[in-house]
Parts: sequence; C-alpha cells; structure tokens
Amino acid sequence: MARFGQREGAEGAAGESRKARGSGRGGRDRPSRGPGGALGWPSGNLAFLLFSLVALTVPLYLTNSYYLSILAFFAIRLMPTIGLNLLLGQAGQISLGHAAFIGLGAYGSAVLTTRWGLDPWPAMFLAAVLSALVAVVIGVPALRLEGHYLAMATLGFGEIVLILLIQLKGLTGGTDGVVGIPPLTLGGWSLTDPRLFHVVVWSAALIMLRMALNLPRTRTGRALIALHRTEIAAASLGIDVAFHKLQVFVVSAVFASIAGSFLAHYVMFISPEGFGVTLSVLLVAGAVIGGLGSVWGAVWGAGLMVLLPEVLARYNEDYTLLAFGLLVIVVMIFLPEGLAGAPARLLGLRRTPHIVGSRTQAEPVEERGSECRS
Amino acid sequence: MPVLRVEGVTRRFGGVTAVKEVSFQVHEAQIKAVIGPNGAGKTTLFNLVSAIDRPDEGRVLFRNPLRSGDAQIDLARTSPHQASRAGIGRTFQHSQIFEALSVLDNVKVGRHAHGRAGLLSAFLTLPRQRREEAEAEEAARQALQRAGLGDRAETEADSLPLGERHLLEIARALATEPGLLLLDEPAAGLNNEETERLAETVRRIRDDGVTVLLVEHDMGFVMEVSDEVVVLDYGEKIAEGSPLMIRSNPEVIRAYLGEDYLAEEVPR
Repeated sequence: MARFGQREGAEGAAGESRKARGSGRGGRDRPSRGPGGALGWPSGNLAFLLFSLVALTVPLYLTNSYYLSILAFFAIRLMPTIGLNLLLGQAGQISLGHAAFIGLGAYGSAVLTTRWGLDPWPAMFLAAVLSALVAVVIGVPALRLEGHYLAMATLGFGEIVLILLIQLKGLTGGTDGVVGIPPLTLGGWSLTDPRLFHVVVWSAALIMLRMALNLPRTRTGRALIALHRTEIAAASLGIDVAFHKLQVFVVSAVFASIAGSFLAHYVMFISPEGFGVTLSVLLVAGAVIGGLGSVWGAVWGAGLMVLLPEVLARYNEDYTLLAFGLLVIVVMIFLPEGLAGAPARLLGLRRTPHIVGSRTQAEPVEERGSECRS
Repeated sequence: MPVLRVEGVTRRFGGVTAVKEVSFQVHEAQIKAVIGPNGAGKTTLFNLVSAIDRPDEGRVLFRNPLRSGDAQIDLARTSPHQASRAGIGRTFQHSQIFEALSVLDNVKVGRHAHGRAGLLSAFLTLPRQRREEAEAEEAARQALQRAGLGDRAETEADSLPLGERHLLEIARALATEPGLLLLDEPAAGLNNEETERLAETVRRIRDDGVTVLLVEHDMGFVMEVSDEVVVLDYGEKIAEGSPLMIRSNPEVIRAYLGEDYLAEEVPR
C-alpha cells in the first residue's frame, strides 16, 4: 500500500534491533499522542474553537470583497483537502482523481439547478449522492487490491469525467460550460452577499474539519491507521479492510463534491478545464505539504494552495505547479510532518534543552528528530 | 472435540510443496508447538490456520471452545477478518504493531469487532461512540494486564523494546477474545529474561482457557511451555507428541535438533 504521512515502523530486523537498543537507553516513555495529536496545533476543542471563532467572525472586520473571496476559496479548497487528508494520511490510499469529484459536485449542482430547476441545496445533496455512488463503483474493484490500483483507477476516472464534461454538450455545455447558476439561499436570504456566503461556506468547512478531527480516536479511525500500517495485521484483528478503505474513499469523494457545489453556486459559472488532473495533483500535493500526520495539515495545505497563487504576483498555473513541486520536495526533506508539523518541530527544538538538560548534555537535539523518521 | 483440526492439508507454490498432507489436532486449553528447520512450512501452515492463505488440498476446521454456540468453520472459506471474528487471534513473526499509536490504542484496535459504532458515530461523537470507547478502553486495559503490560498502557508503541513488542502483539490479539491464539515465533530475538517472561505469559493465557498454537525456533522455550509438539520437515509432519517424546525421537534429532543435541543437557 502507498503509505504516506504516518511515521513508518522500521521494516526488517536491522531497524528493529536498532530501535530496541534505542529504547533501552534512557526511558523514552513519553505520554501517548494520537495521530490527531499536537502536531502544530494544540489538539482538541480549544484549537478548533479558536479557529472557528476567527474564521466565522472575519466578515465583521474584513469588508474587502477581494480578501473575502480568497477566504471563500480557502474554505472551498479546504473541504476536498480534509477528505484527502483522511484518505491519504490515515488510510494511506492515494487518489489522483479528486478534481473529478469536485467537478461532479459542481456540474451536478449546475445542471440540476439550471436545466431541471431544482433548488441549490437539494441539488448539492443529490450531486453528493451521485459522487458517493460513483466512488463506490470505482472503489470496490480498486480498493480490493493492494498497491497503487486506486491511484491508477482514479487517474483514469478523472480523465474520463473530464472528457464526458466536454463531450456531453447537451447536458454540460461542452467547453463553454454552464452559466447562470443560481446562488445559494438561506431562509429567504440570497447568499450573493460575500459576507453571508463566507459564514455559510466556512460553517460547512468547519463541520467537516470537526468531524475529521473526531475520527482518529475512534474505532473507525484506529482501523484506518491500522490498515495503513499493515493490512494483514489489521485483518487479523477483525477489521474488514476493504470496507473501511471504501468508506473513507466515499467520504472524501462526498467532501470534494460538496466543495464543487459550493464553488458552482459561488462563482455561478463553471467550465470543465478547471477540473482536470492538474487540480487532482495539486490537491494531493497540498495535502502532503500541509501535513498528513494531523487533520490540521489540511488547513495548512488548503491555505497554501489558495494563497500561494495570489502571492505569486500574476496567477499563472505553471508557476503554481512548479512552486508546489518544489515545496513537496522541500517539505518531504525538512518537514516530514508537513507544515502542520513545523511549529511543533520548532517548539520541540527550542524546548529540548530543558528536557534533556535534566538527563545528559551529551545527546541533545538529535534524538527526537531521528526517531520520527526511522 | 478439538479446537483446531488440520486434515490432510497440502499447499503448493509453483513447483514447491510447502506443506504436504499435514494432519494434526489442537485440543482445548492446550499449548501446541510446531517446530521444524527453516523452510519446513511452519509459516505457510500458520497462514492457512489464520485464513490468510488457502490450502490446495485438505481442510482446516476451527471451533471456538469459548463460545459453545458457535458451529465449526472451514478456514479455507473464511477471510482473515472473519477468522478473527470467529475467535482466532494471531501475532506475527516480524513485529506488526502500529507504531503511530500508543500501547493502549494498539490494543483498542483489537476491540474492533466488539464495537459497532460506525463512521457517523465517530464523526459526530454520538453517545454510542463515547460508550463504546469507554468499553474498548476497559477491555484493552484488561488485555494488557493479561499480557503483563499493564503498566505500559500510556507508552508510545514504537518506544517499546522488542520483548514488550511481542507482548503487545499478544495483548492486542487477546483483546479480540480469541478461543485460539496463534503465536508466530514469539521468542525470536528475545534475551533470556524476556523469553522467561514470555513463557510465563503464554502459560498464564493457557491457564485462562485460551488454546495456543505456536511456531518457534527457540528449543528451550518450546520444551518449556508446550504440552504437545508437531515437527515438520520439508513440509511433512515427521513426529508429534509430548516434548519429552520429541526430544528423544531419533528422526527429529536428525532432521532438526542435530546429532549432538542429546549429548548436551537440555537447556532449562
């Protein structure tokens, strides 16, 4: 299986004996820390509450519609990144076709509202159901097999969806896309007001974030972490590996689909070119750069994906991809826990002398870093 | 009625017959050891018994003695997770613990089949989720106690020394509440002290009523803990009996223990 993010156990006897020795030398009994733990952000409710508070109250003091739109895109990008963070970080499965699920959500909403006259919310729901069904159809065969079959299957699936979006002109408008998509409404209020839309889209993203943060310390979350490490051991403990892989894949597809629907109703116009493999790869890169060891990595990754192109003076997709490629390399080398791991790492290094000081001065900083990447 | 019945089992890989027409039984609350030189087919046999692999011929039948209502099942038609749910727990030759989790959380994974809270409960932290989590923690701590790791619950799994990693795998398997516990080379790489602790643990587990089938290289350990021993050589069973009988069986000595084994005093 493709394994990303989680610290990998040393495979083979050499690694094992080295570890055994390492632990023999000075009681490294640290308090337990789950995978949702304090990587970057203090885990748990406080960090989430603070983040939610800031995210939801931004429109009170930020009225610049350009900045608000960036934040809206941040929330929309956060949703699929959370899904990929779960899929890749916890279950260890790669999808290279998640842009297609965003596309299914966007086009599902667009077509259902403009052609068939549905209201936006039911359209969003139906599009998500459709995405879930499609995910099951792809996932059932691909996830039964061990290896990179899901990556291959989703890569092909992404291309097929893109071609269908372009070729099914009667339904999707071909390369012209769909125009005149109605905005979301809430209790009679149209969400064309960017501040209102901000609160709604961030509420949705925060709900997904909260759900994902809840996962690692549950039966299902531990099952994913277990099968990520070794499918055989997981199965020998009674875990239905294929089912759990499929389940998290479907969830990640639904999160992506909902993001697509929000996107369609926000910009009110969609065309196929944005939903290609470039976006799929960017999403995976963003999830990895943000960090897969913690769900908060999705926040870092999504933020970077949205902000970096804005910072690169002129939006140019080629530069963006180049920058992300370089970032993946740099992060993999220097920050294996991703950006979410950076504060903890910096903090850890700063704190180390105090901890180690009580033991010996001889073997300071190196220990923590080395064991994280064994 | 035996817990495990291996009946005329053959498993071939290409032209190699890894296990050939092997039959034996394991009885309730017994510690049975499978020994044999490298390549004798021990691990293949183990994978057949834990339903990871299927025999080409023969049957592997299991009946969980701790759940009297359960029917006998054919492990050739069972998937690994179903075998676990039916009451077969196992450990692995190469440590397969979940390094990213604490010791306690490793063992909680073993409670998986005893919980029913799904993804929705997990996402929304429903009351069922909280209740099951508390139950899982309680049961996991008990399993750690039984494996003699009660004081290590909060430790990170990857900081355990090798001996305790093996005990953690045992605790994790015990958490599934198995009727039959399979131990794949549990003493490999352990020092004398750790092996002694392991032997005590395995005997204690047997005394609790769990049937144990183990594969092992460490002769001293096998002779000390086993009630019965099966000897494999080139995939075939060449002997079966009490440790004492095995130790004095000339064919076993030739095939495995070495001619000089009898000359020296049996360790421990």
